Amino acid sequence: MRAPEKLAMRDAFAEAVVEALAEQPNLIVLDADVSKSTKSAIFAKAHPERFLNVGIAEQNMMSIAAGMAAAGMLPVVNTFAMLLTMRALDQLRQSVAYPQLNVKIMGHYAGLSAGPEGPTHHAIEDLGIVRSIPNITILVPCDASEAKASFHAALAHQGPVYLRLCRNPVPAVLDAPRPFTIGAGYELHPGHDLTIIGIGVMVARALDAADHLTGQGISARVVAMPCLKPIDRALIERAARETGAVVTAEEHNIYGGLGSAVAEVLGATCPVPMEQVGIADCFAESGEYFEIMDKYGLGVSDIVAACQRVLERKHLSYAPNARRCRGHSRARSAEV
Amino acid sequence: MQVVYDPELLSELERQAAAIRRAVVAMIAGAGHGHPGGGLSAVEIVTALYFRVLRVDPSRPHWEERDRFVLSKGHGAAAWYAALAARGYFSSDEFKGFRRTGGMLQGHPDMRKVPGVDMTSGSLGQGLSAALGMALAARYLGRSYRVYVLLGDGEMQEGQIWEAAMAASHWRADNLTAILDYNRVQLDGALSEIMEVEPVAAKWDAFGWHVIDCADGHSIPQLLEAFDRARTVVGRPAIIIAHTVKGKGVSFMEGQAAWHGVSDPSRLPEALREVCAR
Repeated sequence: MRAPEKLAMRDAFAEAVVEALAEQPNLIVLDADVSKSTKSAIFAKAHPERFLNVGIAEQNMMSIAAGMAAAGMLPVVNTFAMLLTMRALDQLRQSVAYPQLNVKIMGHYAGLSAGPEGPTHHAIEDLGIVRSIPNITILVPCDASEAKASFHAALAHQGPVYLRLCRNPVPAVLDAPRPFTIGAGYELHPGHDLTIIGIGVMVARALDAADHLTGQGISARVVAMPCLKPIDRALIERAARETGAVVTAEEHNIYGGLGSAVAEVLGATCPVPMEQVGIADCFAESGEYFEIMDKYGLGVSDIVAACQRVLERKHLSYAPNARRCRGHSRARSAEV
Repeated sequence: MQVVYDPELLSELERQAAAIRRAVVAMIAGAGHGHPGGGLSAVEIVTALYFRVLRVDPSRPHWEERDRFVLSKGHGAAAWYAALAARGYFSSDEFKGFRRTGGMLQGHPDMRKVPGVDMTSGSLGQGLSAALGMALAARYLGRSYRVYVLLGDGEMQEGQIWEAAMAASHWRADNLTAILDYNRVQLDGALSEIMEVEPVAAKWDAFGWHVIDCADGHSIPQLLEAFDRARTVVGRPAIIIAHTVKGKGVSFMEGQAAWHGVSDPSRLPEALREVCAR
């Protein structure tokens, strides 16, 4: 079903940014002394005249980028996600988001993908933090090809974009590159019993979970949500209406990220039983990436278990006399 | 060697400075709140910039070749707004909306709302980096504009200032000029009590900047001479250390930390009378 190929998002990014300069003559790439890790060094080698290493000074980098954007350039800032969204948060909010400057913020080594570096270098809060700031678009690709497509979409978009990238090679989810649309999610696998909404590297795991569930006679729809903000409300509402239960899967703290965003949409449109797969509000530990993902609640088995829980709740809510939004929605669409 | 400036130019700038000072106090008195201390200390600096130094065209606020100005000490906004209006960027009618709901003039500068504001600022420490970004952009885009940034002295307690100071000299940003509004008072008290920043000149020199001392930051000819010297510096950024008086022009505000903000709104009419009488 899925191509076995494993490619790192940062390699795809490096390729994309080198290509991009031809179409974006005002492009400039900045890094804060981790260009060998983020792979912006590949761009630096190809186009040294449009690369700036600011040293270990993330706040300075963010504000310099803001000044460059104010003067008409298209800056792409790179460093670890936890530094960009926490060390340089004030600069991101005041100097980029509030004045809506055209800065592209590349959050590398996001989630737990800094693995053995430990919790100091993990970014499990970035999505919640950035999502709470007005004016920033948030993109979270699920594999290398989507990383590339989302980067090009970010450049084409006018305004601040936070693009979250995983350090490690991850399984390819998409058989072929698909056009990336800001604000849109998409269905990857059909199903009618429940919907798993995945983001980033958890999309691949959601597909694996759906395979397991098929073996148990459960039909799980899988939806990828590569744009966390603005989020595809219609797709979420439709999934809830058509399948009656939702599980979210994200490599992030359970607070503030995809699960929160989906709950906000469901609460306002079609409340159905929902379960979250994410990090249970704790710091992880040093370890190999995929091992700590499994240890901290992000395993395929965790998704499967959440699906089983949500189905139990769905069946309870289908008891006679239970009000359900499926009926309400039908009534509403009939009126239309 | 003292440079001699055209007396007519000097008297015109002094007249403008007095008008800008009145506008600062009037704006704050109208709102009932704001930051008189750090606005009044910067009046002659923004006057010199907008009426002599900056190459700008108020009818084309987005002209790509314009010189840029960043008010890193964003709380001095009233002085900037007064200078922009005096220079014709917008009508002084806008002063009525200063810090008020629905008004154009926000408490701190907003580049998306105010014509002539090149960078949003407010959280201290960021403006020097942003100005450096603009200065570097001129180099990348092949433009000849210069960038000026006004720093507060208390602001030098922010670590990011020194990140930017290091970077600006590393990249030899000689199209960047910083002005330090050195009024020696911050919100909570005198710098010497809260957090001393001396030796200021030695610090900037050590970070690779060309340091220009301006003994009286309220003297128009001294400021003009400092700006002229800054423009000739090659291969590194320059900083003008302008010794100023917080709350300059209102006797009971001068040198008083209590008037960083408005400590007693009932005295604002008295302040306005004093600056109008001069």
